[in-house]
Amino acid sequence: MKSSSRRSFLKIAGLAALGIGAGPTIKAFGTIGGHGALQPEASFKKGEKAMEAKQWAMVVDTRKIKSEADIRPMVEACHQIHNVPDQPIDRHAIKWIWPEEFHNAFPGLQSQFISEKIENTSFPVLCNHCENPPCVRVCPTKATFKREEDGIVMMDMHRCIGCRFCMAACPFGARSFNFRDPEPFIKNVNKEYPRRMKGVVEKCNFCAERLAVGKLPACVEASNGILTFGNLYDPQSEVRKLIREHNTIRRKIHLGTKPTIYYII
Amino acid sequence: MIEQAFKGGKRYNRLMLLLLGLIGVGFGFYLWQFNYGLGITGMSRSVSWGFYIAQFTFLVGVAASAVMLVLPYYLHDYKAFGRITILGEFLAVASVTMCLLFIIVDLGQPIRALNVIFHPTPNSILFWDMIVLNGYLLLNIVIGWKVLEAERNNVHYPGWLKPLIYLSIPWAVSIHTVTAFLYCGLPGRGFWLTAILAPRFLSSAFASGPALLILLCLLIRKISKFDPGLEQIRSLSKIVTYAIILNVFFFLCEVFVVFYSQIPEHMDHFKYLFTGLHGHGVLVPWMWSSLFLMVTAIILLVPPMFRNNTTVLAIACVCVFIGTWIDKGLGMISGGFVPNPLHHVDEYVPTGPELMITLGVYASGIFILSALFKIAVSIKEELHA
Repeated sequence: MKSSSRRSFLKIAGLAALGIGAGPTIKAFGTIGGHGALQPEASFKKGEKAMEAKQWAMVVDTRKIKSEADIRPMVEACHQIHNVPDQPIDRHAIKWIWPEEFHNAFPGLQSQFISEKIENTSFPVLCNHCENPPCVRVCPTKATFKREEDGIVMMDMHRCIGCRFCMAACPFGARSFNFRDPEPFIKNVNKEYPRRMKGVVEKCNFCAERLAVGKLPACVEASNGILTFGNLYDPQSEVRKLIREHNTIRRKIHLGTKPTIYYII
Repeated sequence: MIEQAFKGGKRYNRLMLLLLGLIGVGFGFYLWQFNYGLGITGMSRSVSWGFYIAQFTFLVGVAASAVMLVLPYYLHDYKAFGRITILGEFLAVASVTMCLLFIIVDLGQPIRALNVIFHPTPNSILFWDMIVLNGYLLLNIVIGWKVLEAERNNVHYPGWLKPLIYLSIPWAVSIHTVTAFLYCGLPGRGFWLTAILAPRFLSSAFASGPALLILLCLLIRKISKFDPGLEQIRSLSKIVTYAIILNVFFFLCEVFVVFYSQIPEHMDHFKYLFTGLHGHGVLVPWMWSSLFLMVTAIILLVPPMFRNNTTVLAIACVCVFIGTWIDKGLGMISGGFVPNPLHHVDEYVPTGPELMITLGVYASGIFILSALFKIAVSIKEELHA
C-alpha cells in the first residue's frame, strides 16, 4: 500500500516536473485521454485487510479431482461473482475458468499411452497471469496490463477497443470477446462487480476485487482444497511449499511466457 | 483536377451509382453490426479474426505493390514507367483506404479507435501498423496528386517532393513487413511463427498488385483514349512472373521445414488447410485451387511466347490475383487459428452480413479507385491527344 502510493506520487511529481517545460502538450493529452496516465487504471480500492504479493500464483492439485463435477463449483462461483454471461451461441462463449481434458490443457505433453487417471480427469484452466505475458505486449492501448504490485494481468474494459490482438497472442485461449451484449445472459446479476458491454475482451482477474478486501479468489474458496493460492516469491507461502514438495507442470512453458499456474500431477 | 471525377460519360456515372448503392447496402449491414456486435459475423472465441482482417492483409499487399512502379522509375530512371506510376500510386491510395476501413469494421468498440493514439504503445505492432498505413496513404496522396498536377501543367514537380518519393519506397516495404509482424511474432501460433512470413507476404504482394495493375491497364487501353503502353505492360508482366515464382518458392520452403521437421504444432495448420483435420476441412478445395492457380500462372507467364500474348497474359493475371487472394484472403488467417491453442478444431466460415459489409468496403475502394483513375486518365488523354 505504502510503496504503491509512493510510486504514484513519484509518477505525478515526475510528470509535474516535465510539465514545467511541456505544459500545454501534457495538458492537451490529459483532456483528450480522459482518465489519463495519472490514475492507476482499473484498480480496486484496497481495504485494511488487503492481501499483497510480489506475484500471485496458484497450484492445482489434480490428484484431488475425481471428475469434472469437482471443477464445476469453481466455474460457477467465478462466473456468478464476475457477471460472466451464459451466451446461448457456442462460438460467443465467455469463459474465465473451465474444464479441459489433459491433451487439450497440455497439448504437446500427451503421450500415446498414459495413466487412466490422467486420461479420464478434467483439468481446470484459466488465465496463467504469465510473468512475461504476450497479450500485454501486443495490446495497442495498454487496456490489458500487468499490475506492477502483484503481477495480475488485468483489463481496463473502458479502454479496450476490441481489436482482439490479445486473443491471437494468448497461447492458452484464456481470453473471451463479447461478441454481443452480455446483459441479457447474466442469470443473477452481482451488483458488486461491474458488467461489461459488447465489443470488449475479458478474462480472469485472479479476483483482484476480492484480494483488495482480504478474500481469496472465488474459485479457490469453492475448490474444496483443489486450488491453493499464494505469493510465488515468498518461500514460506503455501504455493511454494506445495511446489517444493511435489512434481508440478505448467502449460506450454517452452513458449517463455512464464505461466504462474502450477499443476500437481 | 478534381472536377474530372465528376465529368464522366454514361458508363462511368452508372458504375459510380452502382458502387454508391453497394456502399449504402454495406453501410446498412454495418449499422446492424454496430448495434448488435461482432456476433453477426462467423468469428468465434477460437477464430477471433476472420474475413475482415484477412481482406485487410491481402489489400496491404496490393497497396505496397505501387513500389514496383515507383522504384524502377525513380531509382533506375526506367522512363517507360513514368507514364503509369500514377496508376500504381492511386491504386495504393484506394487499397490503403480499404485496409483502414477493414480495421475499423473489425473493431469491437470502433468509437474508441483513437485510443491507439491517446495511449500510444510502441511495443504493440498494431501501433506501428497504424503509423505505417496512415503514413503510406498520405505519401501516396501527396506524391500522386502533385506529380499529376505538374504533368498537367507541363512543369517539373516541386523539388521538395523528391525526398518524399524516395521515402515512399522503403515505406511500401514497411507496410507489408509490419503487417506480417502482427502475426509472426505471436508465440502460440505455429502457422505464423516463421521468419519467411514477411518475405512471403511481400512476394505475394508484388505478384497480386502488379497483376491487378496489368488488368487495369488493359481495361484503360480498351475504354479510354489513353494507352498505358505495351512496353509498360510487358515490364510489369516480368515483375509478376518473378514475384509469383518467389511466392510459390517461399511457400515450398515453409512446407519443407514444417513437414520435414514433423513438429505437430506447425504441421496441424497445414494439414487443416490442405487435407482437413479431424474431419474438418472447409478450406481444402480452396487451398488446392489457390495452389493450382498459382502454378498455372507460372506456366503461362514464364515462356515469353505466352506472356507477350495479351489474352494469355490477362488470363495469367487473373490466376495470380485469385490464387494469391485465396492464399491470403481466406487461408492465411483462418489457418493460423485452426486448430486453436487447446487443439480444438473450431472452423470459421464468414456469414452473410459479414460478406455484405466486406462488399461495402470493397465498393468504397473501387469507388475511390474509379474516381482517381478517371482523373488521371482524363488528364493523360488531354496530354497525349
